[in-house]
Order: sequence, then structure tokens, then C-alpha cells
Amino acid sequence: MKPRLDAADIELRMLIEAVYLQYNYDFRDYTGASQKRRVLHAVREMGCASISALQARVMHDAADFSRLLQYLTIPVTEMFRDPHFYAALREQVAPFLGTYASLKIWVAGCSTGQEVYSMAIMLREEGLLERSIIYATDINPQSLETARRGVFPLEQMQLYTENYQAAGGKRAFSDYYTAAYGGALFDKSLIENVTFADHSLATDSVFSETHLISCRNVMIYFNKRLQNRVFGLFHESLCHRGFLALGSKESIDFSDYAGRFDALVKRERIFRKASA
Amino acid sequence: MITPLWFTPALAARRPQALIVAGSAGGVEALMTLLSAVPSGLQVPVICMLHLPANRDSRLADLFDERLPVPVREAADKQAIAAGTVYFAGSGYHLSVEQDRSFSLSCEAPVHFARPAIDVLMTSAADAYGDELAAILLTGANRDGAAGMAYVHAKGGLTVVQEPLDAQVATMPQAAIDACAPDLVLPLAAIRELLQLLLEKK
Repeated sequence: MKPRLDAADIELRMLIEAVYLQYNYDFRDYTGASQKRRVLHAVREMGCASISALQARVMHDAADFSRLLQYLTIPVTEMFRDPHFYAALREQVAPFLGTYASLKIWVAGCSTGQEVYSMAIMLREEGLLERSIIYATDINPQSLETARRGVFPLEQMQLYTENYQAAGGKRAFSDYYTAAYGGALFDKSLIENVTFADHSLATDSVFSETHLISCRNVMIYFNKRLQNRVFGLFHESLCHRGFLALGSKESIDFSDYAGRFDALVKRERIFRKASA
Repeated sequence: MITPLWFTPALAARRPQALIVAGSAGGVEALMTLLSAVPSGLQVPVICMLHLPANRDSRLADLFDERLPVPVREAADKQAIAAGTVYFAGSGYHLSVEQDRSFSLSCEAPVHFARPAIDVLMTSAADAYGDELAAILLTGANRDGAAGMAYVHAKGGLTVVQEPLDAQVATMPQAAIDACAPDLVLPLAAIRELLQLLLEKK
């Protein structure tokens, strides 16, 4: 017999609905298993007896909602995560990007910004950063603030350095940061042309034409309906033959947009918008 | 084959719709023994998870695909879980089962230093399959899987743990035995027999 929804599943659905109605954050099309796990984690960490009890608090206290938001979103990221991806971006996409006089790049679901700084470093080393505008968007204001500050834990630097080197970095990684504020403060000039903005892939629309979109390990948290919406946004935003980068285990194959992007570097999940 | 005493009528009456086999240190060898019991007429999905170093592609699916009479695949995001297929969790991502019995991947923080984590897979699969799930926990050097097995047990699923003395590393099976009262604690050879009995009776 197929199991019935247990109490926690029902409470979870009600919480997500309540969050949408009260705060206009739409998590209704996120995949269930991971969401349930993260909300149950929030229940424990915030000292509640159940998801319903958490809901009561969140509904009446915006500060509690902002705590919950840190669990509903997934701020796990690192610089140059999957170094081979960045190497492929540098070797196989940057030459195309170099043919444009000006570039617009969208890092969608940028979280705390590690992806943005990685992208900016790669672009600088390829001589492209000065002509680029980068839109870095996320729904979590706290993550965007961290991204803007550009201060990351020093203990991460060893991992980031290894990744950077494996990604074909051309300098010493330490050239890009100084020790400050109890962490590694990244060179502000890297984000001179970065616009950090609140944007929801679930509810907002396209805001600009772009040449490259990077959206890595974001859509794995979305169900098929929301994935289709997001592929639609990207397809609309990308210029003719524009580039789309996904996470290493993400795929367009199971979506409605399967035939509308061509794989450029299949292994690294780098695609181009197909000719219409 | 003579039906062993521990294969009780209650056990024989079970019709698991999915099987999870998980382990860590020593797990590849144990899986080699165990999965050789998978028949060509396999009727349910078998989902395997071993702890692996991150940032390295797992070759396990390819390795076992050559040895088993059924397709062996790496579990992919949003993929519907098919009966008659053996799946392996890839490296670097948590693997979950959704209510609609499809896979999903996620990269939240590791659990017990592990990503993929056995607890994550078992908990989500127990939500999707309830008492139609059978979970087998093998040798391993950490506590991952104990909470997952307890949850499978609470949801009415069948829980089987490798006898710690029989395991290459006893920590993982022992932690699961401490966390829940598994339905069966058996040496690997007997778990292989169980697998044959459960998978062949259709």
C-alpha cells in the first residue's frame, strides 16, 4: 500500500502555502524531500515542537520568517566548485564571449556570491571583466548581503585555492583577497560591474537580454513545472546562440526545453541556445 | 535452497516495492557478494549507496552494469524510478526519493561527513514507500544510516543489518542496531539468501 501523507507532510504543505500568502515567497514548486528535511531542521533549531508550531511563529513575526528563509533556501556553495567546469568556461566559452563589444551575464540563484566572484575572476583573467555587466540574483536578502560584502571564511581559502588552480587559474589566488574583518575580503574591483538584485525564478520575469547565464545547482531544488518555467525565462533572456551553464548533475533532457538548447560541453553542462 | 529458519511466514508475506542497500568502508566487496543474487527477472528497483570521495565521478554503476543481468544506472535528478533496475548514488550530491517515486539530488551540507548520506536516502524513501520499503545496511566506519534505518523501521519498512562481527568494519551496522531494533541481523551470506528469497518469489 502506498503510504499516506503523514502529519509532517500535511503541515509542510500548509506552511509553504502560508509563507506564500503572507510573505509572497513562492516555495510551492520546490521538490519535497529536501524541503521537508530543511524545514524539520529549522523546527529543531528554532526550538519548535512541530511544523505547525513553527508556522504560527512565522506568521506573526517577520524576524522568525527571515530565520526560516535561511533554511528554505540552500546557501551551500564554494568558489570554483567543479574546477573542470570553470576550465571549460575559460577555454570554450570565453573565446566566443570575446567577440562581443559588451557582455551581459546573469548568475541566477547566486546565493552568497562564491559563484559570482569565481566568474568575475575568470573574466578578468580573460580580459573580459571590464566590458561585462553581471547580474547576480537571489531571493534571499541575507545571502545577497553576504555576496555584496565579499568576506568569506579564511578556512575556506585552501579549498578555493585548490579549486582555482585546478580550474586553470593564471595567478596566485591570494592576489584576489586580503585578510580583513576576520575573514578573506575579496577585491572590490571584481564586483564593480556586478548588480546584486532580489529576483525570484519562481515569480519574476526576464529583466534583460544576456549572453551567458549561469544557474548551477539551483534547479535541482525545483519540480518539473518550475524547471520548465525557469528554462523558459532563460530561453527568453539569452541572445541568439547565448550560453547556459548548469550544475554538474543537472539536465535539460527531462524538460519541455529539451530540443531548444544544444550541448556545447556536455560533460560540464554548458549549453547554447539552439538556432530558432 | 532450504528455506532458513529466520525467513518467517511474516517475512515471506512481505512484498517490498523497493530495496535500498547501503554501506561505507568495505562496501564495494560486500555489494559484489550481495548483488550477485539479483535475478534477471528483477521486479523492483534496487537503490545502492556507498560513501565516496566527493569531486570524483563514481564508476560503480559502470562496474556493476558489466556484472549484473539487469541494467545498472547512476540515479539522476528528476528521473522516475524504474522496476527491474539497479541504481547507484553518484558522488557529491545527496540522493532523495520523492513522493512520486522519482529521484532528486541536492547539495546541502554533508550529514555525518557524508554526501551522499544514507540517512537522507533512507528517510526520504521511507516517506515514499512506507512499509513497502526494505533497507539493508552493511559494513562501514561511521554512524550514517542509523537514523535512516530507525525511520524506515518507524514507517513499517523491513530493516536488515549486517552482523557487525561479520562486517569488515563494525561501526555502521552496530550504530544501526543501537538506534533501532532491526527486523534481521544477519551475516552477509544470509543477507544474500534473503535477497534471493525476496526477489524471486514474484
